[in-house]
Amino acid sequence: MEQTGVNYLLEFTYLVASILFVLGIKGLSHPETARRGMFMAEAGMLAAIIGTLFHNGIITYEWIAAGLIIGSIIGALMAIWVPMTAMPQRTALSHAFGAFAAALVGIAEYTLHGGAAMPTFTRGALGFEVMLGALTTTGSLIAAGKLQGIVRGTPVQFKGQQILNLLLFGSMVGCFIYSIINPEATLFFYAMVALGFIFGIMLVIPIGSADMPVVMSLLNSYAGLAAAATGFVLGNNVLIIAGTLDGFSGLILSILMCKAMNRSITNVLFGGFGAVHHASALGAGGEMREISLDDAAVRLAYASKVVFVPGYGLATAQAQHAVRELANALEERGVTVKYGIHPVAGRMPGHMNVLLAEANVPYGDLYEMEQINPEFSSTDVAVVVGANDVVNPDARDNADSPIAGMPILEVDRAKSVIVLKRGQGRGFSGLENPLFFKSVTSMLYGDAKSSLTQLAQEVKNV
Amino acid sequence: MQTLNPAVLIASLSVFVLAAFLGYQLISRVPPLLHTPLMSATNAISGISLIGSLVIAGMHKVDFHALAQGGAGAKPSIATLLGFIAVVTASTNVVGGFGITDRMLKMFQQRKKVMPQGGSK
Repeated sequence: MEQTGVNYLLEFTYLVASILFVLGIKGLSHPETARRGMFMAEAGMLAAIIGTLFHNGIITYEWIAAGLIIGSIIGALMAIWVPMTAMPQRTALSHAFGAFAAALVGIAEYTLHGGAAMPTFTRGALGFEVMLGALTTTGSLIAAGKLQGIVRGTPVQFKGQQILNLLLFGSMVGCFIYSIINPEATLFFYAMVALGFIFGIMLVIPIGSADMPVVMSLLNSYAGLAAAATGFVLGNNVLIIAGTLDGFSGLILSILMCKAMNRSITNVLFGGFGAVHHASALGAGGEMREISLDDAAVRLAYASKVVFVPGYGLATAQAQHAVRELANALEERGVTVKYGIHPVAGRMPGHMNVLLAEANVPYGDLYEMEQINPEFSSTDVAVVVGANDVVNPDARDNADSPIAGMPILEVDRAKSVIVLKRGQGRGFSGLENPLFFKSVTSMLYGDAKSSLTQLAQEVKNV
Repeated sequence: MQTLNPAVLIASLSVFVLAAFLGYQLISRVPPLLHTPLMSATNAISGISLIGSLVIAGMHKVDFHALAQGGAGAKPSIATLLGFIAVVTASTNVVGGFGITDRMLKMFQQRKKVMPQGGSK
């Protein structure tokens, strides 16, 4: 009877952990409550782990202790050393780790009990868990490699790729279904695992770096669903709850990211955006007007409202702190400074906000696209730093543009626009941007970081 | 786990559906400002799959149930090894995920400083 007593206690601990997880995510609805929420989630996690250590199925602790120590050290090192610019890679890597853990638990369960000893439903959940876990593991590793620059960031495409992928997917699902129907089909189970690992690679290599926000969110969703399936296999509710929360979070973020690019998920997965474009831009002719540092500084210094529009180029130029310096100099003169953040400004959802927060920009100054767009008409100077497609008016005005319908930051409605750009070349997607040729726009060429630092100096001297 | 009671299945499905509904409600309220911390936080939370791998890694060879059923003594040790690796990756996610989420959220805590009125001369 003592045994059941322990199990009741453990179940209760899991229930408390689930509640704490929910409260933790609820805390994320506001920056002021977010940290407190995370402390609750951490407490829940600790309780669940400690409770599990007393599980009566555990009879030896050597492997557990070694695993926990190694994992905690790797995790702590990552938490301390990973720079904020590398956050997308780290997150992709953690999707891979989470999915790999789910896949391994599934395979371990399979080797322990064998397919035949399981009820059909459990076998199905286990197969689902392992399949999703396997493809998410390699898919996330490729995504992390692309973001880190180890794997070529441009889409890898070849003839017959879609047919090959379809065949891979078909045989993987075929093995999955057959291993459910026939409990003795061990070989098919392991074939499914292998195909899952291969399919994960094939799924992500044709996708370009600019589409990573969607891919990251989608892989996040898969990793969560794999964890939830583990919960079904083990009959463990806290796993189902935590995995489902993770899965849905990823799903909602993928939908938001797709909306922000006006594309469907299938288009992202199979479209190979960023490969080649032969589209012409409306009114993209004419000349770009260059502006000198001095003139730009004067224009900024005498403005009453300035909106910065940062893009991923800001992060690659490591210019976050330089933007903040310039903003400080302007605010000291009484200029109102705001930041307009496009949902896909970084390489993962919300990335740009984190980068600016790290540079001590108060979060109250960071505005979402819907909030800032009505304000551009009353803005004296909009400063575009390292952003291109997200401010391309063609998305709004030219129905033939490849990015037509994508919501943009309407900087061209501002009284004047200064675009910081390295050179006269095109943006990431290779599209011509008519914004650069508009009469309100002036171009300031050069490295974003040094331009911004010099501007801050000049503004102080005005 | 071996005999799946329909009641257990229904209960599991109910938990799943309710968690999905709750997740939708909760996550729609998270502002885009915090989407990166959200992703790393949910990632850390789903590292709860650690508890599954703990049990597998701790069963070792002397799992009498598995021995009585399967017979082969080597089988559980493969599971132990897989469980061990899963403990490593899952605990990396838990510690790393919560650690980095907190590091990010700390940066968001800052309040706006009071601006000097009209600029200083």
